[in-house]
Amino acid sequence: MAQNEHPGDALETPDASRRNFLKQSSALAALALAPPVAVKAIDTGWDQKIATAFDPLPLQVTINGTMQNLSIEPRVTLLDLLREQLHLTGTKKGCDHGQCGACTVHVDGQRVNACLTLAMTTEGSTVTTIEGLAQDNQLHPMQEAFIKHDGFQCGYCTPGQIMSAVACIREGHASSPEEVREYMSGNLCRCGAYANIVEAIMDVKQGGKKV
Amino acid sequence: MTKDTKNPPIDRVDGRMKVTGGANYFADFELPNMAYCVIVGSEIARGTITSLDTKKAQGAPGVLGVFTHQNRPPIPGWDATVGGPADGPPPKPKTEETYRILSSPKILFDGQPIAIVVADTYERATYAASLVKATYAKQAARTDLSKHVAEGIAPGGSGDYSRGKADAHQTAPVTLEAQYTIPIEVHNPMELHGILAHWTGPDTLMIYAKTQGVNATQNAMAQAFKLDPKNIHVHTEFMGGGFGMGLRTWPQETAVVAIARKIGRPLKLVMNRSQMFTLVGHRPYTVQTIRMGADQTGKLVSISHAATAETARYEDFTEATVNMTKFMYACPNVSTRYRIVRLDRSVPIWMRGPGEATGAFALESAMDEMAHKLNLDPIEFRLRNYTETDPEHNRPYSSKHLKEAYQKGAEAIGWSNRKPQPGSLREGNWLIGYGMSTGVFNAFRWEASARALLKADGSLTLQSAVTDIGPGTGTALTMIAHNVLGVPVERIKVEYGDTSLPKAPSQGGSAIVSAVGSAVFDACTAIKQALIELAVKDGGSLAGRQADELTLADGILSADKEPGKKVTVSELMQANNLTVIDRTKESKAGPDHQKYSVYSFSVHFVQVRVNPMTGVVRVAKAVSVADSGRIISPKTAASQMIGGVAGGIGMALTEEAVIDHRFGRFVNNNFADYHVAVHADVPAIETIMIDKPDPIINPMGAKGMGEIALIGFAGAVANAVFNATGQRVRHLPITPDKVMQKLV
Ligand code: FES
Ligand code: FES
Repeated sequence: MAQNEHPGDALETPDASRRNFLKQSSALAALALAPPVAVKAIDTGWDQKIATAFDPLPLQVTINGTMQNLSIEPRVTLLDLLREQLHLTGTKKGCDHGQCGACTVHVDGQRVNACLTLAMTTEGSTVTTIEGLAQDNQLHPMQEAFIKHDGFQCGYCTPGQIMSAVACIREGHASSPEEVREYMSGNLCRCGAYANIVEAIMDVKQGGKKV
Repeated sequence: MTKDTKNPPIDRVDGRMKVTGGANYFADFELPNMAYCVIVGSEIARGTITSLDTKKAQGAPGVLGVFTHQNRPPIPGWDATVGGPADGPPPKPKTEETYRILSSPKILFDGQPIAIVVADTYERATYAASLVKATYAKQAARTDLSKHVAEGIAPGGSGDYSRGKADAHQTAPVTLEAQYTIPIEVHNPMELHGILAHWTGPDTLMIYAKTQGVNATQNAMAQAFKLDPKNIHVHTEFMGGGFGMGLRTWPQETAVVAIARKIGRPLKLVMNRSQMFTLVGHRPYTVQTIRMGADQTGKLVSISHAATAETARYEDFTEATVNMTKFMYACPNVSTRYRIVRLDRSVPIWMRGPGEATGAFALESAMDEMAHKLNLDPIEFRLRNYTETDPEHNRPYSSKHLKEAYQKGAEAIGWSNRKPQPGSLREGNWLIGYGMSTGVFNAFRWEASARALLKADGSLTLQSAVTDIGPGTGTALTMIAHNVLGVPVERIKVEYGDTSLPKAPSQGGSAIVSAVGSAVFDACTAIKQALIELAVKDGGSLAGRQADELTLADGILSADKEPGKKVTVSELMQANNLTVIDRTKESKAGPDHQKYSVYSFSVHFVQVRVNPMTGVVRVAKAVSVADSGRIISPKTAASQMIGGVAGGIGMALTEEAVIDHRFGRFVNNNFADYHVAVHADVPAIETIMIDKPDPIINPMGAKGMGEIALIGFAGAVANAVFNATGQRVRHLPITPDKVMQKLV
């Protein structure tokens, strides 16, 4: 159920880089709206020129408490930005289509599928990944609970499950195992650790620790 | 194991790495100057490429190369060989076609790679790949096994089997004949497949792989590139699930290695999800017919089991689909037959439980059908045909506690609530049904080696090349070493998943605890002997004592009968100027293994709820019982069992890769349309371990459990649906349309 609900009004931020991005991207959009032109552009070897529209643009975003001043292509997803450029490889790619939840991270406190989030849309936001969950080497209660209840096997879906689970409790969607199963169903686990994951989440919820 | 005690549950030793994002899977490694590649797949299932336009892709920004059948770099070990798989000897009988990636314009299956595009970033490679355009001369593709069952050929190697009289069922008082179908299922581990290849020198190669066996990948690459295996380093410490798809080196991996050499940069491939359906195998579509005869007392008279499965035109894939029927029940007349049909499909590969899971669905559904015909409780029917000796090989089972498993599982699920008359239990709008099924799998013990290093500070390091795809191998090895040497669990470190470590078999066939565990046991035992020898030798602190009078625990060696007479491991090693005791052992099955049939058993029980208005089936309760010898690591073992249940729920109710046979292409090759079980599909699960050591298989008494966790589960669900509704669904998955079709 990781939903792509970017809250707030980042797009209205009066910020130069943002305006720049919008300008260039609307030029691209215009191109897309005129298919014959676009097709012709490719035929006449304009690829290179079109691609320059994908030239890096500035992006300012706080990731795991560190402000990052980046320069990225606008087509880069948050997932690929984290993994391939920032070396935060804890966030995993399972489908790249918003169908599996392996890439779940928090953007301004909400769980989102990083693969469905263009990195540029996180301008001015706060992103938390699995690497940012533990504080001062002290595991987050959800991480502890996953170890205690063996909420994994291969561990590949685990970062996404944990990020989703934390949000699930924060959203108030963990009042019963049934509700947890419903609100965690966007996070697939092919190893089938579901029963243990639900136990871990209920344990954290009932433990009453701050999540 | 010296004492017959159950092992305590311990936390997964790599748990912390996995919950913090610190566990590195192949795609998490980053190398300087690394390039990315993307595979372009064919859009037809059979025919020939007539034109391939790569110019635009080549001119796109950041592109380092576009490789097709016209310019693929050579793969010396492949390009000379013809017929059969590139990573093994040619099969007999010879296949119709040969498949060598990017070597010919011929298309043999949907999604076959026609180009590999390399660029300096992932985005640029992806964009350039979209610019590759192909045209084809199409041929009609044969992809629908159900239309070609009659064309099955007998694969080389495994012959037909029979004992007793052929077709004895014709004279049996009660008979049954039914056909069961398993659709194409896809492993779909959460981690996407791929490879990261890095030529560290002209003839030296470093590979970060997604493989179930680093040694297997090392050998396959050595063969392909005609290199000394020693020059190839393969690393797979963590693997995001495999379920069988990582049991071979796939052609695209080899192609990436060849291209990396050509471009002179480290090269990373991460396939997309739809390519997981065509390029890394699947569970083959299989049609099975069971004919069964019994007498009025509930004794089986005969079983014949025939299975026909799909394979590729370029490679014969076979699995042990009909094997369980040969030895599971006391039955005098048994015959089995296994056929394959070569279609315009990519080659299958073992998927968890492999053929045995396919076969168990048919056999255990038929057992349920027959029990119903005989008016017998399904457990009672199985007990009346229970056997203590293996009727196929006429030898005893090394251990079998299946009766106890039936009984414990039945109690836990509340079997006594089951009504023999189908459709007679209701709760509100839901029909309730109970079902059960048996699973069985060979308990293997392959050759493996391991190294153990005990340091003077009392810490222990274990090493083996084995990969851990998820079951908790490191945790089990830790427990085994702890049991031998008494080193506290938290002082044991396991290093694995790397070819620089002692050789191990691929993680598959539920054999790793048995194989690698035995090697660890032997290596640790050798260390223990060395310690004892140091202690009892002349001038030693326990001089003159016998080895069997000494106990080693928590880093202290003490004399049993003399309280206070002891020496710490550190003192002992320091006194002998030793910083480390280092032992490597190779270990394999003993001669006794051959005298027994060594199997792991499982019993699955489910309670289902079926909505008669919608046909929806929900698994409301599940109990799985494992009879797999001594349980080494109870916590991770339970996780394996619940994982089997989740996989089994998918297999039973939702999983089916659907082909549009007009085009020979998949229509649901993604996670939104191919439904693996999700949180909402899986109830709380009870797992029960019989936990009695097997006296034969290995010194720990442990048999494997990865496969039996799944084998039989789908049958239990089908049987429960029958009990709930009176409707027998013989074609998986049991989707609402099939239930409704029968209900209305
Ligand atoms: S990778 Fe983002 S949802 Fe699957
Ligand atoms: S732990 Fe392997 S996919 Fe969830």
